[in-house]
Amino acid sequence: MAKLIIKNGRILCPAQGIDQEADLLIEDGRIAGIGRFADKAETIDAKGLLVVPGLIDMHVHFREPGKEEEETIASGSAAAVAGGFTTVATMPNTEPPVDNEAAVAFQRLQGERAGKARVLPIGAVSAGRAGERLAEIGQMTRAGAVAFSDDGDCVKNARLMRAALQYAAMFKKPIIDHCEDRNLSGSGVMHAGYWSVKLGLGGMPAAAEETMVARDITLAEATGGRLHIAHVSTAGAVDIVRRAKQRGVPVTCEAAVHHLVLTDECVASFDPVFKMNPPLRSAKDVEAVRAGVADGTIDCIVTDHAPHAREEKEVEFPYAPFGVIGLESSLPVLVTKLIEPGLLTWPLAIAAMTVRPAQILGVEAGTLETGRLADVTLIDPKTEWTIDAERFHSKSRNCPFHGWKVRGRAAMTLVGGAAKHDARNP
Amino acid sequence: MEWTQRHLLGLEDYSAEEILHVLDTSASFKEVVARNDCPRCDLRGKVVVNLFFEPSTRTSTSFELAARRLGATVLNFASTSSSTTKGETLRDTARNIEAMGIDAVVMRHPCPGAPHLLTRWIDACVVNAGDGAHEHPTQGLLDILTIREKLGRIAGLKVAIVGDISHSRVARSNLFGLKKLGAEVIFVGPSTLVPGAMRQLGAEVCYDLDEVIPKVDVINMLRIQTERLEEQPFPSIREYSRLFGLNAERLQRAKPNVVIMHPGPINRGVEMMPEVADGNRSVILEQVTNGVAVRMAVLSLLTSVKR
Repeated sequence: MAKLIIKNGRILCPAQGIDQEADLLIEDGRIAGIGRFADKAETIDAKGLLVVPGLIDMHVHFREPGKEEEETIASGSAAAVAGGFTTVATMPNTEPPVDNEAAVAFQRLQGERAGKARVLPIGAVSAGRAGERLAEIGQMTRAGAVAFSDDGDCVKNARLMRAALQYAAMFKKPIIDHCEDRNLSGSGVMHAGYWSVKLGLGGMPAAAEETMVARDITLAEATGGRLHIAHVSTAGAVDIVRRAKQRGVPVTCEAAVHHLVLTDECVASFDPVFKMNPPLRSAKDVEAVRAGVADGTIDCIVTDHAPHAREEKEVEFPYAPFGVIGLESSLPVLVTKLIEPGLLTWPLAIAAMTVRPAQILGVEAGTLETGRLADVTLIDPKTEWTIDAERFHSKSRNCPFHGWKVRGRAAMTLVGGAAKHDARNP
Repeated sequence: MEWTQRHLLGLEDYSAEEILHVLDTSASFKEVVARNDCPRCDLRGKVVVNLFFEPSTRTSTSFELAARRLGATVLNFASTSSSTTKGETLRDTARNIEAMGIDAVVMRHPCPGAPHLLTRWIDACVVNAGDGAHEHPTQGLLDILTIREKLGRIAGLKVAIVGDISHSRVARSNLFGLKKLGAEVIFVGPSTLVPGAMRQLGAEVCYDLDEVIPKVDVINMLRIQTERLEEQPFPSIREYSRLFGLNAERLQRAKPNVVIMHPGPINRGVEMMPEVADGNRSVILEQVTNGVAVRMAVLSLLTSVKR
């Protein structure tokens, strides 16, 4: 492949502590340098744009195998690059679940065949995601799984969770837990608080998340295993993680974009597009999650992209499945609601979507270091546009930000130096 | 006032002025009910569909009678004998029925927000006859009308509502309506069934019925809804009844003009003893009479607004 120079952009690489206006040189699909280049090469004018390592979303749901009408690996990875993501880690709650070597290999192959964003499968913790016996974590690791999770469900059995933490530590892979005690959240469908009481909808108390976060941290401390807590959403959970980190516990965690921006008040419309698990929480919780990202307690930002068929979400609120998509809305929402108002800085936000998830998953990505694969995202922070879910590359439309006027979008997404998304030809 | 609301989804959405207008309109319809004839044909040529996804004795017959007294054609839809048993969605059900040409849908549904979603899918007027634990606005209206008849006002009154508040749409609608008209509302029940967040909605909260009884002008008793309880938040019906049941002895300690109410159905012997239900402070049957008038007023007003 020839040379490519991305000129005059603001190069922001938190992995190397670089934040300066410069050119980025790419050669043969790899980063060849940052500086000023006058080489004979194809050039891309990045004036006014941010040039960052390709964004990484370590929590998405593609519905292949099993519910390909909602999302395939191909459509999901196309949605990813459209949103500026060059790497995604996919959760294994497919039908059948990804709990064996062949399934992991199949998903990796589908990702390669699609040729858009890099798709890194997450394997199940338990066989069949049934929460009883360990799945074949070792063989899945060999096939390319980057982490293990029963997400969608909590690993209810503490003995199994402890075994998983101990066992996966051998392979240096994290166990990602969806922390929720169903005995407490019961048949709730939204956050338990003022709004659930006012609307008469069943509530899911913050305690349901917090008791499990505390349990998992205790087990991580006892075993030395790597724990990653999925979609932290409550002030109490952020606090528990913060204190555990201060004690030196090997725990990391993530927050979903919607938990940084939306509150349970959204449910007053009774629209199931605001229904997800963990649910939208109170304003106080949103504030605490933002503070958690700002002070590093929360390591990375994810979407928890969860596609659902239109007819499944066009029903009464209690009957609708949990989940919202996010790959094509997360960047503009972060820019408009958090970065522009000064609640989050660009270096912090980009770190949370590049170097931090790369470190947690143990993959060589999330950096513009010379020699690395040229996964690069060009971000236009200024152009105003309106989010239109009907035009998404995703097969699904369940987006709570549909119709929002926003600023910020991926102008171009390069994977291995090749442009997989170009806003000029969407 | 010029009436502009095409739907009645909840008393939370109506202004005090609108609530008063419905009450005043109801009072005039009461005469019609008393005379047992149909001089008002506000809904002649119109079609009203009762879309009931939950069982009902009072509300469904009350709405049907109200619509008929206004000259409407009434269709009754009982979910158990419909194609919803074959998996047809609410949206499809409503749109299919609307395609036959209807003017108003009265819906009772187990899910909060179902009538709100309905207004997005169909063009007809929508009346909420109870959406899960959320609201039952016509019940709230008829309760308030009854109180006003008995005590001459709403503002400044102290109203106790007793029972499973957390799952009660009657409690919520009453709270929203009464607060807007200037009454004080006290929720009474076991701490497991009366959420503290109710205070932020404007109610007082008390777990001791005996403390509240001498202080209030109205006592509205709710049935314990065993069909909504996942796990019993109190040890036994017996204990609940002894702590929160309204019996003659408790009634003696209430104000002499106290108004005793119940939305029905009553679990005699649990939340209300027979001597109280049938006694001279009880206005339970008057509530039912007022219900028909309120529903006539609501249907007449909503369908009067041009689409």
